[in-house]
Amino acid sequence: MTAYHRPTTLQDALAIRAGADVAVLAGGTDIFPARTARAAWGDPTHKDVLDLSAIPGLRDIDETAAGWRIGCLATWSSLMRAKLPPIFDGLKAAAREVGGMQVQNRGTLVGNLVTASPAGDGIPNLLALNATVEVASPRGLRVLPVAVFLTGYRATALAADELATALHVPRLENAQGGFRKLGARHYLVISIAMAAGVIATDAAGRVAEARIALGACSAVAQRLPLLEAALRGVERAKAAQLVQPHHLAGLSPIDDIRATAAYRRDAALVLLRDLLEARG
Amino acid sequence: MIDIAFTLNGAPCTVSAPPFAPLSDTLRERLGLTGTKEGCNAGDCGACTVLVDGAQACACLIPSAQAQGAQIHTVEATQGAVGAVLARLRAAFLVHGAAQCGICSPGMLMAAVDLLLRDPTPDRAAVRDALGGVLCRCTGYAKILDAVLDAAPQAIAPPRAGEAVGASIARLDGVAKLDGTDRFGADEAPVDALWLRVVRSPHASARFSLGDLEAARHALGLEAILTAADVPGVNAFGIMPNLKDQPVLADGLVRFRGEAVLGLVGTREAVAAVRDAALPITWHPLPALHGTAAASAEDAPQLHAHAPGNLLIEGGLNRGTPARDVANAEGRFTTAFVEHAYIEPEAGYAQPAPDGIGMEIFACTQAPYMDREETARVLGVAEDAVRIRPSACGGGFGGKLDVSVQPLLAVAARKLNRPVRIVYSRAESMASTTKRHPARITARMAADAEGRFTSYEFDADFNTGAYASWGATVANRVPVHAGGPYRIANLRNRARAIYTNDTPAGAFRGFGVPQAAIATESLVDDLAEQLGLDRWEIRRRNAIGRGDTTHSGQVLHASAGLPECLDALKPAWDAMLAQVAAHNAGLPRVRLGAGIACMWYGCGNTSMSNPSRMKLTLARDGTLTLFNGAVDIGQGSTTVMAQICADALGLPLRQFRFVLGDTSRTYDAGKTSASRQTFVSGRAAMETGLALRRRILALANAGEDAVLALEGTQLRVGDARVIDLAALAEDLEAEGRYDPATTALDENGQGTPYATYGFAAQIALVSVDTALGVTKVRRIVAAQDVGRAVNPTLVLGQIHGGIAQGLGLALMEEFIPGRTENLHDYLIPTAGDVPEIDVHLIEDPEPEGPYGAKGVGEPALVPTAPAILSAIRHATGITMRQVPVLPHRLWEQMQ
Ligand SMILES: Cc1cc2nc3c(=O)[nH]c(=O)nc-3n(C[C@@H](O)[C@@H](O)[C@H](O)COP(=O)(O)OP(=O)(O)OC[C@H]3O[C@@H](n4cnc5c(N)ncnc54)[C@H](O)[C@@H]3O)c2cc1C
Ligand code: FES
Ligand code: FES
Repeated sequence: MTAYHRPTTLQDALAIRAGADVAVLAGGTDIFPARTARAAWGDPTHKDVLDLSAIPGLRDIDETAAGWRIGCLATWSSLMRAKLPPIFDGLKAAAREVGGMQVQNRGTLVGNLVTASPAGDGIPNLLALNATVEVASPRGLRVLPVAVFLTGYRATALAADELATALHVPRLENAQGGFRKLGARHYLVISIAMAAGVIATDAAGRVAEARIALGACSAVAQRLPLLEAALRGVERAKAAQLVQPHHLAGLSPIDDIRATAAYRRDAALVLLRDLLEARG
Repeated sequence: MIDIAFTLNGAPCTVSAPPFAPLSDTLRERLGLTGTKEGCNAGDCGACTVLVDGAQACACLIPSAQAQGAQIHTVEATQGAVGAVLARLRAAFLVHGAAQCGICSPGMLMAAVDLLLRDPTPDRAAVRDALGGVLCRCTGYAKILDAVLDAAPQAIAPPRAGEAVGASIARLDGVAKLDGTDRFGADEAPVDALWLRVVRSPHASARFSLGDLEAARHALGLEAILTAADVPGVNAFGIMPNLKDQPVLADGLVRFRGEAVLGLVGTREAVAAVRDAALPITWHPLPALHGTAAASAEDAPQLHAHAPGNLLIEGGLNRGTPARDVANAEGRFTTAFVEHAYIEPEAGYAQPAPDGIGMEIFACTQAPYMDREETARVLGVAEDAVRIRPSACGGGFGGKLDVSVQPLLAVAARKLNRPVRIVYSRAESMASTTKRHPARITARMAADAEGRFTSYEFDADFNTGAYASWGATVANRVPVHAGGPYRIANLRNRARAIYTNDTPAGAFRGFGVPQAAIATESLVDDLAEQLGLDRWEIRRRNAIGRGDTTHSGQVLHASAGLPECLDALKPAWDAMLAQVAAHNAGLPRVRLGAGIACMWYGCGNTSMSNPSRMKLTLARDGTLTLFNGAVDIGQGSTTVMAQICADALGLPLRQFRFVLGDTSRTYDAGKTSASRQTFVSGRAAMETGLALRRRILALANAGEDAVLALEGTQLRVGDARVIDLAALAEDLEAEGRYDPATTALDENGQGTPYATYGFAAQIALVSVDTALGVTKVRRIVAAQDVGRAVNPTLVLGQIHGGIAQGLGLALMEEFIPGRTENLHDYLIPTAGDVPEIDVHLIEDPEPEGPYGAKGVGEPALVPTAPAILSAIRHATGITMRQVPVLPHRLWEQMQ
């Protein structure tokens, strides 16, 4: 029988997490489908569950001195509704395109990150936002950049006694976020590929800083340092024309039921151009 | 178990439930609120949508523990703001025909409530966004969007006597579908029922041996572990009368992934807790034959003793001598397995009779009488010992024609001598039940200088999977239809059904004809291009019509409205072409394209007797009851039969009561398939009404056109006569029967396979993002000859739903065993994918049909995919010969 813990303080949650091998549950929108899939082919077993949802204070999205803090229970819907500057427009766009409204109302951004699916729509956005993950354990707090937090295909740097408690997004002046998702139907669709970006411009309309990431084109979503370097200092209006195939170096798209690797590679360039074409 | 306290539909509620159990399960199984449906248990279908603190959420993704302290609203809500909005929406859904099978309706309603509480006056886009997380397989969404947008629904006045046919009345079974009280397969079971879980093969081809099952049964706390040895009768079922090739439980050998191997029976908790790996099954995997090419190879192992070369059946049609002509087209085409994806997975229960012989089965089905025959054989009892009580059916589309749960439940209930229930998981439903046959087609077509079609050749292999199911139909229905609804003098058609180690293929809306139409319509476009003819023009020149002879040599004496369908589309076609030309002039990245396709479809079984029989009683207490054995799977046959029967009798529809599809109480009205219910059973309903009318007139000695009126037990006949029913010696009873006249096909496929045909044409407007290969359907205009629209709202619903499925077939649906066994990898259209649809109903009456009506269910799907392919070609210049046209496939062709 699966034991079920639903503590009301973070301290208790950390104690339970440290004391047993539990599955951490937030919105449950990844946990339940995975459980159903296993049970369908004869594995109904499940780890004990640590449900974080009764702990107060974890849902908040707050402005801080350095930027913003997104609590680990903040849902896609709460992100969409939150008053946030244009740097978050990409993340908000992703939130609107995750599943249907049912999933947006329950699923969390942190859950999306911890699942670490190559097709997780939140992840390239977090990479482009230069977000860091606040991780807690009975041993204390640590903060990891998202790119360090993600260690591989559906793998993270979370230790067995750790919980992700929040995301931090640093401020960036004059920055605009964007997102482009490609799927084979309108709603409820897993991305074939997606591109996210945050671009800061200077007073002259030039790119001061570009952070561009692609998802579903490698085991872990990746930033594109070559493209970012190429964009720096160029006229914002001309950014889209700069995208070149060699900017995708380091990506390793695969063939799967949704698309072929060759298509993904080409589509990624199109998504990047579309992303850079759009402004605010 | 924990106690969970929350507010449920406005009232406080405490329930003891496992904290990790999905809230949908707790609502259904512990609180008895079965209005919340479960279609996937993975967030993919939205059937379980409820409101949690006012926001829509999938109850299948919420641990019951999280309900603590929350406000939960379900479709059963009647009070407060939610209740008020729901009442309004229910009325609108009824008026607009927004519920067909109704399995998605609770989810749709709750998603709509969520929206309307936030935004009382939304636009269509906002409604689409709000409902985007709920899948509907029946309606094509348009009527649902209309209903949500209708702020003040006007109830439809009940039709007067003699005016029911042709009236867009609300479906008679609609209310229960909208208040959550309709009983689908998983919604009802005796309290003492045990649960059955089927252990299925993870291998596509394997031998297996079983160890000590008795020890396992003990260790796992089960009541029984069923094997092939527990089948009391014949361990075999199948559609073909002479070929029962599929075992209920495999006997040492499995031929596809998902084949039933063992049945675990026990308490729900016990069967759910079993790990398959803990069972004493030893697998010896064998090489598997995937696809017809592998199975037809010289050295392919033979899968069934009766099928050398793995050939199940081959059929053909020969007429004249095909030859080359001025214009010649040829192509090879490939289609995929397509899943029915009804939102209701198979479910039901069996109740054994204490005599050890009788068995009652409550389950979703399209064919109760066939279920009875199959179950009786498996049990080794006489057919009348088995009673099939169809549950409400949450979508079928052909997939619930074959038995699924019925024989398994019967074997379990007999062995345990207790009621036993089962609910298939989504994956189990997808892995184990039938699919649309994948086809590999080579076809050739020729036309003369005037664009008249002169020759047609068709050669196709259909993958019937591991078992025959409806494979025989490949050999007869396909060759007859393959050439399309055109006058062609010379044809040579061949179709084979080939066994493989894939999921069994069976019946699916349009049966083989949609696959053939994809090939044929593409060749028609080729010929038009070669001859410089407009694509509408070439079809109009060749369209088969009244007085013409079909490819099987049948003269169409009446009801052949394809020319009228095409004429109805002409203005929209011209406008579409102009719109495309204007848009594409600047060579934009997103191109538009217009496409067109036609179809024909024989109503009823091919060259086979397929009678329907009905009964109508007017009892001495004044109740008027139609005993109707036709199963309504959402298409509306219950309503349509009643409309027809009411007008035939001459009493108003509202005075009718119904006994529906129960093999112990109604006559056999055949299967709900082959677009036959309105035509065949409808005619039987008409004959039944007329027969009772004749009895009444004779009794009253009244003239033919006497007007009837029923008040209590007083039956007024004309102006002068009144029959006091209470004073009669017995109830008045009448029967009607109809069996369409067909003849067998000869060795050249010549004969009269169907009494009548449906015809349709559709045009599609698509946009293609040429950089990404993404196609979006912008608009469909359909014209369909339905003979007579008995209920225009229901007819439109069938056409919209067929188009949505055709769109899925064209653009996204591909079942791959082991890989797309769920509704997030297997994509069906959502509310955002189905375009605006305009429909022209053409009514060229069928003299054989009731009030001129004929079938509409399947035809709508057939032209959609070829019309979309035609439009993609118009937009891009690329002819796609493989479906679905996933973005990467189109992109590859464009490179
Ligand atoms: C129908 C459907 C459609 C979807 N569509 C999309 C889509 O379009 N794009 C997309 O990106 N995703 C999609 N998803 C997945 C998306 O809903 C999830 O990734 C979601 O964001 C996960 O959040 P959750 O709170 O529900 O996670 P849960 O299921 O509760 O948890 C997810 C994982 O994160 C871990 N976890 C959660 N919180 C913490 C924490 N604080 N500390 C440590 N570990 C934690 C859990 O242990 C688990 O491994 C879809 C899901 C469904 C069911
Ligand atoms: S059952 Fe919950 S989404 Fe399908
Ligand atoms: S009415 Fe929507 S699934 Fe049947």
